Amino acid sequence: MTTLAEEQKVAQPRASSHHVAELLFRFRELGIVLALVIVVGATTIDNHLFLSATSVQQLLSGAAIVALLAIGETIVVVTRNVDLSIGSVLGISAYAVGVLYRDHPHVPLLVVFLLALGIGAACGVVNGLIVTVARVPSLVVTLGTLYIIRGIDGAWAGGNQVNASMLPESFNKIGYGTVAGIPYLGIIAIVAVAIATYAMRTFRTARDFYAIGSDPAAARLAGIPVGPRVFLAFVLSGGIAGVAGAIWLSYFGSVDAIAGVGYEFQVIAAVVVGGVAIFGGSGTVLGAALGALLLNTINSALVVVNVSSFWSQAVAGALLVAAIAFDRLIALRVAPVLRTRRRARG
Amino acid sequence: MADLDDLKPGDEVPSEPPVWRSLGVVARWETLLLVLLGGTIAYGAAVSPYFLQSSNLFYICLNVGEIAIMALPLTLIVVTGEIDLSVASMLGLAGVLMAELFKHGWPIWPAMIAAVVLGAILGAVNGFLVTRIGLPSLAVTIGTLTLYRGIAQGILPTDTIGGFPANLANIGVVPIPGTHLPYSIAFFAVLAIVFAVVLHATPLGRAIFAIGAGQEAAFFAGIRVKRIKFWLFVLSGMLSGFAGVLWSLRFASARYDSGVGMELFVVTIVLLGGISIFGGRGTIAGVVVAVAVLGCLQTALTADLIPAQDQNIVVGGLLLASVIVPNARDLYRRARTRLRSAEARRHAAAAAQAEGQ
Repeated sequence: MTTLAEEQKVAQPRASSHHVAELLFRFRELGIVLALVIVVGATTIDNHLFLSATSVQQLLSGAAIVALLAIGETIVVVTRNVDLSIGSVLGISAYAVGVLYRDHPHVPLLVVFLLALGIGAACGVVNGLIVTVARVPSLVVTLGTLYIIRGIDGAWAGGNQVNASMLPESFNKIGYGTVAGIPYLGIIAIVAVAIATYAMRTFRTARDFYAIGSDPAAARLAGIPVGPRVFLAFVLSGGIAGVAGAIWLSYFGSVDAIAGVGYEFQVIAAVVVGGVAIFGGSGTVLGAALGALLLNTINSALVVVNVSSFWSQAVAGALLVAAIAFDRLIALRVAPVLRTRRRARG
Repeated sequence: MADLDDLKPGDEVPSEPPVWRSLGVVARWETLLLVLLGGTIAYGAAVSPYFLQSSNLFYICLNVGEIAIMALPLTLIVVTGEIDLSVASMLGLAGVLMAELFKHGWPIWPAMIAAVVLGAILGAVNGFLVTRIGLPSLAVTIGTLTLYRGIAQGILPTDTIGGFPANLANIGVVPIPGTHLPYSIAFFAVLAIVFAVVLHATPLGRAIFAIGAGQEAAFFAGIRVKRIKFWLFVLSGMLSGFAGVLWSLRFASARYDSGVGMELFVVTIVLLGGISIFGGRGTIAGVVVAVAVLGCLQTALTADLIPAQDQNIVVGGLLLASVIVPNARDLYRRARTRLRSAEARRHAAAAAQAEGQ
């Protein structure tokens, strides 16, 4: 908090609108938490059951899967790329896990998650190779693989479905179990976000992601192996989406060919709302996870205040557009402040 | 990038040595496309004896009519270096609006016009966010892809609205009298000629290429970059709205999920047509051939009893191929340079060692 005080002291002589803008820009997580409090508060006034234990548990579990995917997407977006294929990767990994359990009911949990991780990472390898070796924009590559992977999933699954009855109890429990009232999924997401936040702040490789996103040419000149790092970002994103697929299956209990369709848009919305710049180079995993939580909370709140859940996609889209427009406007206001300050210090 | 000229047409400055230029005629992207088209037709004919019958032309065209119409404005947008991923969602929302208005007692013609106007407004929103606020079109149109589809779903969550006047609904399912062409492809043909003339024979077309080749240079040359881009997005929305009308008439009903995922096909046609994803290069002729390729391919795959889900694998693969192949030579050269420099370093190191001894 001392840094906050310092910021305020330094910024005091500037125009107050700049000051507010900068606070919003720098403390995005704070803004999201504030928005969360407002949404939860307003909804609870309307219907006090919104804050009941089961409702909160469902909220956390639902947000957990999007938050997990958001970790991987954040890594990719930070390098100034985008991964549109995560929904399909989640789908095919979930189906693979389902089939594995159907055919071998007694397979250990570790093997299951290794399989999910492997499938996801393999998809990430394909994306990463095409993006870095063939130098094709990631948007086009992952738009292609979005449909290719979904197509493979569809061809494999056909009209079949794997039901909860074919899954062992120990696996299903991941989806609905709780510890001291907190769902397992929430704990998994919190731990994953904590690890990722630490890693993204500390490790050199992770800092390379930010450098690449800020300015790929400068990063190359600075000796950062841009290609391998971007490749790694896609493999990580794919791997995380694969694991998220296994978790998705344990939460929903059944899987068919359309599992996870459209997840990519929710996740990108969460990431962008969470303050990860779509131009790359800035943003945190924590922000993205909070963005996922906010989106999920708004969706649940809509249902509680009797707005049809069919509007949830429109809300996600509107928030995405609003968030990038907001970021841009704030950036336009903050840039001069940062420049003048740097000059003052220099 | 100069070494890609023979593969990516539309460049007015020949920067290749003469040998390459004469070879370039053979290796032009359109030539490759025509070969691909021939291959697809051969595949279709091998799969089904009915493929080469003239009545089949109707079904081939019917399948790609709306996609083809939306590909034209997207071509111009991609040439300027931007992208519009929201086309399929605009199609869906425009169709839903038309059907809703019709259900609430509007006559069909005003409802159809309203749908096209709505498309233009949706496109204007994209254009405003991209040009006036300065956001990347990729992010904007991913957002509006979700938003527009979401609004359509909110308005018309589960039902289907149909019952359009039979004479109009017929437009979608009968050919133009005396031919084997559906109405949608006739609209496409007219639009394609207009677009080709504008893009390749007017100052506006040159301005569009100039924006794609170098936005800042174009700006300093006095081209109104933002204004042109804005109107291209409006155009994209308008024609997507129009495609939405045709789509609803073809299926005689409107649903919120009309054309979900169709952006894959539209983007594939544009990139397969030889338009560079980096902007500045491409021809309408290439896009027209790409439309033919995709139309034949879809019908041939269907005749081969390959389900729609699996066809997405083929189309997605085609999309990847159409961006990877133009880069292939570049890729080969880079690899060769890298190998050579590695070899040179080894030689230098060996020489230095020898000298040291």
